[in-house]
Amino acid sequence: MMTRPGKLRWALIIAALALLEGACRLGFVSRQTIIAPTAMAAGAWQALGSAEMRGHILITLASVAQSIGLAIVVGFAVGAALYRLPRLRRTLDPFLASYYAVPAFVFYPVFIVLFGLNRWPLVAIGFVFAVTAVIINTLDGLSRVPRGVRRTAAVMKLTPLQHIFFIMLPAAAPWLFTGAKFAVVYSFIGVIAGEFVLSGAGLGHAIAFAYNSFDNETMYGLMLLLFLIVGGINMQLWIWEQRLYARRGGY
Amino acid sequence: MNTSSVQLCLRGVTRVFPAVEQQKPLHALGPLDLDLRRGEFFSVVGPSGCGKSTLLDLVAGLARPTAGTITFEGRPVAGEVPDGIGVVFQEDASFPWLSVYDNAAFALRRAGMAEKDIRERVDPTLAAVGLQSFAGAYPAQLSGGMRQRLCIARTLVTRPRLLLLDEPFGALDQQTRLLMGDELLDLWRLTDATVFLITHSLDEAALLSDRIGVMSARPGVFIDLVDTAWPRERDSRIVSDPAFGRVTGRLWEMLRGQSLKALAGG
Ligand SMILES: Nc1ncnc2c1ncn2[C@@H]1O[C@H](COP(=O)(O)OP(=O)(O)O)[C@@H](O)[C@H]1O
Ligand SMILES: [Mg+2]
Repeated sequence: MMTRPGKLRWALIIAALALLEGACRLGFVSRQTIIAPTAMAAGAWQALGSAEMRGHILITLASVAQSIGLAIVVGFAVGAALYRLPRLRRTLDPFLASYYAVPAFVFYPVFIVLFGLNRWPLVAIGFVFAVTAVIINTLDGLSRVPRGVRRTAAVMKLTPLQHIFFIMLPAAAPWLFTGAKFAVVYSFIGVIAGEFVLSGAGLGHAIAFAYNSFDNETMYGLMLLLFLIVGGINMQLWIWEQRLYARRGGY
Repeated sequence: MNTSSVQLCLRGVTRVFPAVEQQKPLHALGPLDLDLRRGEFFSVVGPSGCGKSTLLDLVAGLARPTAGTITFEGRPVAGEVPDGIGVVFQEDASFPWLSVYDNAAFALRRAGMAEKDIRERVDPTLAAVGLQSFAGAYPAQLSGGMRQRLCIARTLVTRPRLLLLDEPFGALDQQTRLLMGDELLDLWRLTDATVFLITHSLDEAALLSDRIGVMSARPGVFIDLVDTAWPRERDSRIVSDPAFGRVTGRLWEMLRGQSLKALAGG
């Protein structure tokens, strides 16, 4: 069963696609600028059929997955450590708060110098984008565990491990989940952007290459694939989140 | 008083919060003496900020007194939670990620009790606090009063011999408070536990207690101990008894000046 806003959303998307399709077919927009959605789908299908393109996609997914994994592990660990060390936290707070105001992407060349022109500068830039969001959300989640909940746990005389696994983690779970979601989004942004700028392989590289060769069908086809992959992952995360926390009534 | 019937004993108990960042140290409580008899219903009333919650923390072993000694069942309580004490805090402390049943079973599961034995304890306790039909619900689906009852149930299943309650009905309206008070009296008679109840409601203290400790403005010390002499079988209908008016009258007489002092002192 689909809700009313859900139906409207689909209707809107389909209408927009149909409009674009019509505009392209009737020649209102030039083929050099944008191609019809059906042509994009054909391009995507063709790309999927090519072993070379599948290789680019897999390389990107591997870099993104490594960036996500590192960001989550390091972000949780640093977030938990800062929660336990309030002095250090107060010292670092201004940096955390202003972190996303700094264009961290300028460090990409530095990573290339450090790691060489391979996948690792991409993993690093994805990680640098993602990790702070995980730290901030972990810290936020742990700090929001209600005092009464922590004190109740203290009265129950839990071991430190029990306290972490049966109280702090489940209590902070919605925020930890939000941190993980940010890790996914920022890792994709960092890795794809890096591939665009300078890289010998990957989805971003393949899109840039198609652009430079005026191969609009491949370029839009790959972009469509990228949208579908990222959209699909986010949709799945969203569904999990709804399922996990609906019963908690929003907290 | 027969010393063997004394369950909790406080002598010269004092709590001074150490100075932090330019502020002076804060003398919150005491020195204070108290003997709690096994099985009695004892309430504490006092102006806000006089150190009631601080006292509860000390008795629960969540903090150490700056001076003085606390003994529970003959053993010193020194900054460690003693066995046999259960606490219900002022704040909502239900676990939002667990169902009502799992909330109530939490402590028993951590202690490694078998599921069958857990059920035998949890089911009747949830029934006693009127939550049996909500066993599968989550705290977000309950009202504030029901969540507070859930916290009471979660504590009761551990069979505490001393139950500490910090303004558990603080957020409820007067009528609901009276009914919750009756429920608490039922539970008290059922479990034979000693109850140590902190409240800011004089009516609630007068209605429920065998004895009421009246605290001064900060630093809190007991300025009066009122024996109500109610029978063990009692309920909220006591409010229409002339003796009830005399108890609340005496409490207010003791507290008026202290409350004014607390108000003036900020
Ligand atoms: N951890 C703490 N550090 C410093 N001062 C505290 C702390 N906890 C409580 N106080 C102070 O001690 C006094 C008594 O607090 P509390 O016991 O919570 O009062 P009550 O429960 O009677 O309203 C208050 O003035 C409060 O501000
Ligand atoms: Mg208090």
